[in-house]
Formats: sequence, structure tokens, C-alpha cells
Amino acid sequence: MSKLKIKTVEDFQKEGKSAEILFWVGCAGSFDDRAKRITKAFVKILNSANISFGVLGKDESCTGDPAKRAGNEFLFQMQAMSNIEVLNSYEIKTIVTTCPHCFNTIKNEYPELGGVYEVYHHTQFINKLLEEGRFSIDGGTFRGKKITYHDPCFLGRANKVYNAPRNLIKKIDAELSELKRCKSKALCCGAGGAQMFKESEKGEKEINIERANEIKDNPAKIVATGCPFCNTMLTDGTKSFEDNDTVEVFDVAELIVKAKDL
Amino acid sequence: MQLIPNIIFSTILLISIGFFVRNLKRLRRNINLGRGQTEPINNKPQRWRNMIRIALGQSKMVRRPIAGVLHIVVYLGFIIINIELIEIIIDGVFGTHRIFSSMGVFYGFLIGSFEIFAVLVLISVLIFWFRRNLIRLKRFYELKMIGWPKLDADLILYFEIVLMSLFLLMNATDVGFQNMNNGNVISGMIYPYFTEFSIESLHVFERTFWWLHIIGILIFLNYLYYSKHLHIILAFPNTFYGSIENKGKLNNMNSVTNEVNIMLGKSNESEISEDVNFGASDVKDLSWLQLLNAYSCTECGRCTNSCPANITGKKLSPRKIMMDIRDRIEEVGKIIDLNGSFVDDNKKLIGDYISEEELWACTSCNACVEECPISINPLSVIMDMRRYLIMENSSAPGELNNMMSNIENNGAPWPYNQQDRLNWNE
Repeated sequence: MSKLKIKTVEDFQKEGKSAEILFWVGCAGSFDDRAKRITKAFVKILNSANISFGVLGKDESCTGDPAKRAGNEFLFQMQAMSNIEVLNSYEIKTIVTTCPHCFNTIKNEYPELGGVYEVYHHTQFINKLLEEGRFSIDGGTFRGKKITYHDPCFLGRANKVYNAPRNLIKKIDAELSELKRCKSKALCCGAGGAQMFKESEKGEKEINIERANEIKDNPAKIVATGCPFCNTMLTDGTKSFEDNDTVEVFDVAELIVKAKDL
Repeated sequence: MQLIPNIIFSTILLISIGFFVRNLKRLRRNINLGRGQTEPINNKPQRWRNMIRIALGQSKMVRRPIAGVLHIVVYLGFIIINIELIEIIIDGVFGTHRIFSSMGVFYGFLIGSFEIFAVLVLISVLIFWFRRNLIRLKRFYELKMIGWPKLDADLILYFEIVLMSLFLLMNATDVGFQNMNNGNVISGMIYPYFTEFSIESLHVFERTFWWLHIIGILIFLNYLYYSKHLHIILAFPNTFYGSIENKGKLNNMNSVTNEVNIMLGKSNESEISEDVNFGASDVKDLSWLQLLNAYSCTECGRCTNSCPANITGKKLSPRKIMMDIRDRIEEVGKIIDLNGSFVDDNKKLIGDYISEEELWACTSCNACVEECPISINPLSVIMDMRRYLIMENSSAPGELNNMMSNIENNGAPWPYNQQDRLNWNE
């Protein structure tokens, strides 16, 4: 795959310029093979809209969310303070991220520690570009197809972002077929609260299987989401179906890239 | 001699109120045992709006339409019928009878609406009883709900049935009131069944129902402190003080900020005065708001019913967490009552009430917080207890320790090098 055009904020600084936004890639987006595809998809969208964006590259570090939710406030605040130091040294004003966990932490938990930024989830930012006429989506591959949407907890309930991703699904002319438990009643994928990094406690079944079964009951064969962790959990969950009933899991950004053939 | 009933009434009334106030003071003391961190109580207008919308307006109740509508009927009935208490108390203290009846048509309108509400409440409460005892909704039958919580729930329903019936019977056997034919919309239909009794007997009936009704209400008032029914009062402060931040925001611990600032050389050690313990292992480590939350809980189970861990058969139940806190704070309160101050009983919330297994099953998804009809936040408690387990007890599951040491060493929860952060574009 060819390299995408990306610059670090350091590159911008060296040129004496500053980027319009910082794209906070996140750990999953940087290292997880599945999530890297989401990162690339969003970069394609940014490039197609001619947005000047920078990434932190090797200056980026975990926001501290999994540590905080595991209970390690020390580690969280150490991470937060050093990240804030980096962000402030580059005079970052606007941050966009494809991970609802990074989004939530930077938006809600960093300000008190000295990190005040305008923070967007990528689905919000793409909507903003549409509103400002800097990017357009008109139908494409998914026209008329049924797509369902899984609300990431840290985007939905945690920050009340329910409409931004749904609006994008409508923009690609797909038919949004809601899950039974959606929006504020959505069921978690099972990864939050640091669960992603440990085996779950003893129970009758895994949470992602419970959610995958609900997705299976939906007529849509594509499930969209806006979180790399939900993506992993749902992909694993839907793969567990014995009849190999194919449900594909995509990030909203990936759907847009496919629809527009970017 | 004529004054004896008035004196008896006033005495009972004063004793009831005195006992109630004593319990309120105990409640206040217990809640104030909490010393954890809370968010600043700013933006009062927003908080008043929340209280009006969520507690007074019952906005969250209708997320479950059947229970929601029934609850609103009982709630409205409770508030509206209690207006009648003013008349009952004045009559009782001064020996008058239906002092407000001189208001004429308006009085009839008031009593008429009370009677209609009494019937609606009776119907709703019966449906509640059916749901709990015959349909046996799953969420009313988890482990923690056996014994007192089950009895408590049923007793409240029986109280309401008895009180509403007494109110209607009291009106039905009041010959003077029936003859006024003003507002006896329901009791007028019951009255015919009593006509074969003499006026004297009816008077005895009426007095008996009247006394049983008011004594029942005063007993119910004093039952509140011992019951989950306390929510009828505490729902109001609870929704006022409930968080107005985004649900995703988990508080930053000030005590940790101080320590981190020292480690980073941003402040020096002399600035730290008190010795703090991190997180919560027992009720006194929690904040007063979390303890208020526990006393406010009505054990409806909407939280547990929407908890992904609980749905998939894990031990975690947010409702049980809140009930455990109340049980433990009551236990601590009793020790203080007995000894004048707290004497260590070698028990803790973690371990003796709540297991680590429950705490580690949480996905921090906020479903429990979203569902609570009166803004209780079980997630904040779970997180404070995890903080204790990690920062004081170092008892995290091994995989989490790996995750955390990865973050510490290479800035990601997985063992990838921070220098490789741009490799996704290879």
C-alpha cells in the first residue's frame, strides 16, 4: 500500500507553520492492525478535503484512559501531564481523534490538569467539514443498503454524541437500521473500563457475543461503529457465528472512503 | 373531657415528628461520615432544573413506560392526597371536623380529586404487586433482594393499599360528608353498602377509619428511614447534587495531582499536609454524595438490568453495590450510636460486602448511571474502589499490571515502541 501524505506537528513547526488540527491517532490507531485501517481511512478523508493536519508521531503517548479506568490514577495523571506538556508546547488548539476513549479523556479529563483544547471525534469533524462545504459525500457504493450502527459507550452515553455518526451513514445513502438497544440504551461491546486488556470475569457469556447476537438479529449485513475497540470486539463477536453468517464491521470513516472510492 | 382526643392526637403527632427528626439527624450524621472528593457544587440554576425535571418531573421514569406511568400515578396521588393531611392535622389538633368543608364547591373538587387519585393509586399499586409477586420480574429477584429488601418492597405496597382504602372508607362512612354530596365521587359509591348501619355505628366506623388512617400515615413516615422508600425525600437532593458533567468524565483525584506535581518538581512536599489514602475501601472513604446515593436508592434494579456485565451473567450488580453501601453505613452508624465514636470492627466494604470479582467486571459503560431515575452514580463508587485495589492494595489482575507497565514503559497499553508510532503508514 502506498504511503499516505502525513506530517507531524514538528514538521509544521520546522516550516514555521501550524496545522489546522492535530489528528490524535491513539494507541489502537497506531499499533492495532485493524485500527490502522481506520486511521488510514480518516487520513484519506482529511487529504481529500485538503485539511492541514499534523500528527504527534513519536511524541504521542497513551492518554492514560485504560490506566485511569483500571484505578491507577497516578499513572493516568503522569500520562496526562506529560501529554499536556507536549500538546501545549506545540500550541495545539484543536484535536481530532478516531478513538472515543482518547476523545473522552482529552475532552473531559485534561482541562482540569491544564490541557484545554477543542476536541472532536472524527465523525463530528467530518460533519463539520460537510456543514462548512469543505467535503461532500453523495451516496456511492452503499446506496440503499441496510447498515446498522453500534454506539460506542464513550462517544454515546459518555458524551451524548449520537447524531454525528448516524448523519454520516445517511449521507452515504444507506438505510440505517437501528439495533434494539441503541443510543443511550446501547449495550457496551465489552472492552471499556480496561476490560480490553484482561480476560472477563466468570459469567454465562461474553459481552461481545451478546451484542453480536443482537447485531445478527438485525437485517443489516454491515455494522458501523466509531471506536477501534468496539470494532475489534464486534469483529470477534460476529466471527463466532457458526453458520459463518457474514456481518462486516466497519468504522464510519471506512464506509465513507469506500462510498467515495478514495 | 372533650379535649382528650385532641391531646392524644397532638401527643401522637409530636412523638411521630420527634422520632422522624431524630432519624433525619442520624441520616445526616451518617451521610456526613463520607469524606471523599465530590465535584464542586457550581451552576446552581442547572442543578435546580435537573431536580425539577428528574425528581419533580419524573423524566427518567418513563424510559420504562409501564413502570414509569404507574409510578407517576402513585407519585401524583401521593403528593395530591397529602394535601388532605393539612385538614386532618388541623381537625385532629383543634377537634374540628372537616374544617375546610366551608369552602364549598372547591372543597368538593379537592376531595373529589383525592378520591379519584386514591382509586388510581390502588390500581397502580396492585399492578406493582402483581409484577413483583406473580409475574416475578427477573430484576426483583437477584440474590441481594431476598429477605428484607423483598419484604420492604411488599410492605410499602401494603401500606399504600391500606392507607388508600382507609381514606375512601373514612369518607364513605362520614354521613355528614355524604349528605353534603360534594366531592364524594368514589366514596358515594361505597356509602350504600353501609346504609344498614345506624348513624351511631357509622360514626364509630368513621372515627376508627379516621384514626387508623392518620396513625398509619405517621407510622409510614417513620418507616421511611428503615426503608428504600426514603427515596421520596432523598430523590430531590440526590438529583440536585448529581453530576452535571458529561457522564464520561471521571474525576481527577486532587490528592494524586498533588503527588504528581511533586514528582514532576512542580510543587514541593511541604504543600501536602494531610495523609491521604487513595480510593475507597470502606464507606468513610466515599464522598457524602455517594453515601446520599446509597440512602436514595429505591432498589428498582434498572441499573443492574442494563449492566452488560450483569446481563451476561457476571457477579456485578450496580444495585447490589448501592445496597451494600447502605447496609455498611448503617452498620457503622450503629457502632457510633453504641460507642459514641467509630470503633474498628475489622470489617470493610471491600471484602466483607463487595468482592473484587464484582469490581473488576465493570466496563465503565455508564449504562447504570444513564438508567438511574434519580441520578445515582454506581460507576463512581466502582472506580473509587478499583483505585483502592490498585493504589493501596496493589491487587490488580495480572493482565492489567502488564497493560499498566506497558503504558509506563512505552506509552501504550501494548508492548510496542513509542518510536514506532508512525509505522502505521508504512
